[in-house]
Amino acid sequence: MNITLNGSRHSVADDASITTLISHITGRSLAANGQATDGQKLGVAVAHNSEVVPRSQWFVTALAEGDDVELVTAVQGG
Amino acid sequence: MTVTSNISTQNLPEAADRLVIDGVELGSRLIMGTGGAPSLDGLGAALLASGTELTTVAMRRYSPAESGSLFQLLVDHGIRILPNTAGCFTARDAVMTAELAREALETDWIKLEVIADEQTLLPDAVELVDATEQLVNRGFKVFAYTNDDPVLALRLENLGATAVMPLGAPIGTGLGILNPHNIELIVSRASVPVVLDAGIGTASDAALAMELGCDAVLLATAVTRAQNPALMGEAFKHAVIAGRLAKAAGRIPRREHALASSAMEGRAEFL
Repeated sequence: MNITLNGSRHSVADDASITTLISHITGRSLAANGQATDGQKLGVAVAHNSEVVPRSQWFVTALAEGDDVELVTAVQGG
Repeated sequence: MTVTSNISTQNLPEAADRLVIDGVELGSRLIMGTGGAPSLDGLGAALLASGTELTTVAMRRYSPAESGSLFQLLVDHGIRILPNTAGCFTARDAVMTAELAREALETDWIKLEVIADEQTLLPDAVELVDATEQLVNRGFKVFAYTNDDPVLALRLENLGATAVMPLGAPIGTGLGILNPHNIELIVSRASVPVVLDAGIGTASDAALAMELGCDAVLLATAVTRAQNPALMGEAFKHAVIAGRLAKAAGRIPRREHALASSAMEGRAEFL
């Protein structure tokens, strides 16, 4: 199925959760609690259809066709 | 080139001179931004030279090419992160950005910027007040970037802002402190920390902010776009200390006419 990730069309598996997506994009392995399994901070956050999803909910949040996902991190600024 | 100095704060009452924000003690009154640095290595060197212990970051779409290196740099240097809502024009966007920052960076501190337009980058007072109220209600510690307006600053404090951050001049202009009187007025009535934010061009501007009574200074461009960012970072480190000491020491009053510092009495007379 297709979703919109950071404004661009993105293809994901039909049973994908937010955890699946974030793990794929960041190349980091994620535990069910949303923390990276390498013990380092992940430093990203997710808005799913304009609602912020706490990392503890990533694993149980399924994606659906046409969903809008924003994945953000800290960059230089201010 | 490294400038060494023996500036000491030993003559200041210890307890009176600690900057404490939301129960967190900061060892430096210089808060740095990270915008405008051409390279991450250069930025790291400038931040270290500045002695800052609190640094702002912006929240933007994740890009695999530049994955999280700034975040890691700050974590590695033990610098506390103050996420901002730069680029937000409405309270709604600012609240959303703050929520994402809290989730990504695991801090409830937020530098709230709600700007009116891209030409001036001046705070939009109406949206700023709305966003401050919403964020305080959601449990955020709001560092409100505001105009040099004493009335608005007090409003933000009364809404529960953790710190108020009046601008010296518009962001990135380097024009210094355009209305020192208003900054003094804001300081005199505030009971939360006042951080002079934006418009700083060079070290003397930061010293002046501290002499006016500000609790801290926040700047980015003046360092990151200086010809030698690390050297300028170090200059600001000393400027903030110097200004703070001068404020505590109490400056002499301004006079219209000269006042001799050598006694006239006992002069030799020549025939």
